[in-house]
Amino acid sequence: MSIVDAQERVRETPTDAVSRGGGRTRVPTAPAGRARPERRRPGTAALEDGFDLGGALLAGICVATLLFGWIAPLSGIIGWIVVAYIVFVAVYAVLVGLRADRLAVANRLATVLMATAGIVVLTALVFVVLYTVGRGIPALSHPNFFVETMRFAGPLDPLDVGGIAHAVVGTLIQIGIALAITVPLGIVTAVFLNEIGGPFARFVRTVSDAMTALPSIVAGLFVYAALITLVTKERSGFAAAVAITVMMLPIVIRSADVVLRLVPHHLREASYALGASRWRTVWTVVLPTSRSGLATAVILGTARGIGETSPVLLTSGVTAEMNTNPFSGPMISLPLQVFTFVQSPEPQMVARGFGTAAVLILLVLSLFVVARLIGGRGAGVLSDGQRRRATHRSRHDLIRITHRTRTDSPARSGGTTPTQENP
Amino acid sequence: MTDAVTEIIPPRETKTSTAPRRSLRSLPVFSDRVFRAVCFAAGGVTVAIMLAVGVFLSARGGQALASAGPSFLWVQEWNPRDGVPDSFGIAAVLFGTVTIAVIALLLSFPLAFGTALLISEILPNSVKRAMVTIVDLMAAVPSVVFGLWGVQYLQENAVPVAQWISSTFGWIPVFAVTGSDGASLTEASAFTSSAFIAGMVVALMVLPTQTSIMREAFSQAPIGEREGALALGSTRWGMIRTVVLPFGRGGIIGGTMLGLGRALGETIAVYMIISPIFTINWQVLKTGTNSVSALIALRYGESSEFGLSALMAAGLALFLITLVINFTASSIVARSRSGAESNG
Repeated sequence: MSIVDAQERVRETPTDAVSRGGGRTRVPTAPAGRARPERRRPGTAALEDGFDLGGALLAGICVATLLFGWIAPLSGIIGWIVVAYIVFVAVYAVLVGLRADRLAVANRLATVLMATAGIVVLTALVFVVLYTVGRGIPALSHPNFFVETMRFAGPLDPLDVGGIAHAVVGTLIQIGIALAITVPLGIVTAVFLNEIGGPFARFVRTVSDAMTALPSIVAGLFVYAALITLVTKERSGFAAAVAITVMMLPIVIRSADVVLRLVPHHLREASYALGASRWRTVWTVVLPTSRSGLATAVILGTARGIGETSPVLLTSGVTAEMNTNPFSGPMISLPLQVFTFVQSPEPQMVARGFGTAAVLILLVLSLFVVARLIGGRGAGVLSDGQRRRATHRSRHDLIRITHRTRTDSPARSGGTTPTQENP
Repeated sequence: MTDAVTEIIPPRETKTSTAPRRSLRSLPVFSDRVFRAVCFAAGGVTVAIMLAVGVFLSARGGQALASAGPSFLWVQEWNPRDGVPDSFGIAAVLFGTVTIAVIALLLSFPLAFGTALLISEILPNSVKRAMVTIVDLMAAVPSVVFGLWGVQYLQENAVPVAQWISSTFGWIPVFAVTGSDGASLTEASAFTSSAFIAGMVVALMVLPTQTSIMREAFSQAPIGEREGALALGSTRWGMIRTVVLPFGRGGIIGGTMLGLGRALGETIAVYMIISPIFTINWQVLKTGTNSVSALIALRYGESSEFGLSALMAAGLALFLITLVINFTASSIVARSRSGAESNG
């Protein structure tokens, strides 16, 4: 038997051998008259496990209620939950231990503890958001909240007077300025780190990594001391935008850097092999390939920047009026407006604070959703529309090239025409 | 097959040795030169901005530090006057910062650890993706929202818990709440605005960061070793203990430390909750604590020129601490990633 033959043999799958009628595999059949055993399904809970869990839960609830109502003069929903939970875990361990060994008990307990951690985290985080939005509804249900400013609204005025239009405009202007600086600078720097490299690029990367550790309040203090006390002498929207930029720039650079690193090397090498210059490669290969990732990086940076409160607290100043000029006069933004509202003891102002926080949350969450929609795919993975367009483009190129080889230079097309072989 | 020997063509020596060696240096075209220049300029501007922050902080903060001397580290009050060496120091605020961060970590670590394991090991794929999205999304919720929730909701609901801990475990000095005469306090007003409550809020804020880093580290534990453990008859928890946790150790430590870095720098939520004091308060359940960032937010407006540079010295100290923590953490995470591959 030659080597080639042996390789062929190895490559065929067992089913091929069976179908060719060699040594037929005998399928064992259950003898007649005996019921087929029920198919085992690993990974699903048996009925007894459910009883263990339910019984333990019931025991926990009962003991906690008993303790709280009759025996111990304790109070508070949190205490009740803690007692119920401890009893639940103990009873569950005993119940499982009745039928299984130590390892299985440890496995079950660990699973229950992990599930608890997950439930607590999920509940807490979702509760924070829902609580804020829920308490913001009284303010949000007045349409004037979105179109008026606080200019003529005092702390005691009802919710149908005044609004946060000035804070919305302020946020948009500040984040707009910050983005106008951050996006070009951040992305070009990330391109520099990835495409050019060298010792200076490593230095830039180290410095920008270090800057992600800068506490936001220190960034605000820097702008306050360097820009406001030394140069402009007054707080302004521009100063706030600079503070937000200092916070956002390292975030955008870092995430854009990660995205650009994911661009497959063979795409770059193919471009260089075709004789493209470095700039051509970046512009037509690297950036389009990582477009969705870069958009995500920018949007997530924006979400962070919009929510920054502490640098804005030091730099933008507080006002109740509309101010559209970032270079003069205080210009408030949404997070700072929340902070200012809830400093007041008046319930109306606190309600406005919750309303503003709800607007802020919805803004950030919608940015996040947009980022997810654009950036769910990795570098180079196309959506349906993009693939259709790319196919169309390459078909167009094919026609163009075929046309040219036929008419332009008959001498060059003397050999084979590869484009016609692969339509 | 073996008789097909590759024929080695001898190099034609006479010709190549005389010809000049071809240079392999790239010769950039005009557009490339512009591109390089623009890139270097962007990198330069970025570094300039960031170094400007560092240098400015150091220079202005150094002025206050030179005046205060080493007493900056152990003086507890904050009343900066130029030329008076013992007038200000970060002992109390730094202590408060660390207290809040430690409480936050103690609360968040078990939760983040359990959630990360739950997501990477137990949940089915569809639920897993939703959970990951929610956790990531929570990292984007502004800190002012957490602060608002802490002030308006948690404050009153956490006070009974604090009272209970204090009355049950009051014999441990950290949990005791005593007045100036040493008698233990029980009224609710002694328990509000404490480091404990601030720590709870900060714990929620660092949870998403910690969870996502740990989850990533856990999910990179090699599939070969996982299945090996299961095939040897291990339970799921046994597999996690012997495979996932050793491989994910770097992620656990690194994620916790990155959370610590965030917790130390957190400003607005802490500032909204605490009532600032300038003494070291060991009783974490008792009203009154402070943090470096809250100090800056509190005092920047009324500060003189010298007061500002004293605040910058405090900010610089905080920045250096978070810097060291972040770099250590990211090097730990990076190192744990490099070796975590299965051999089969």
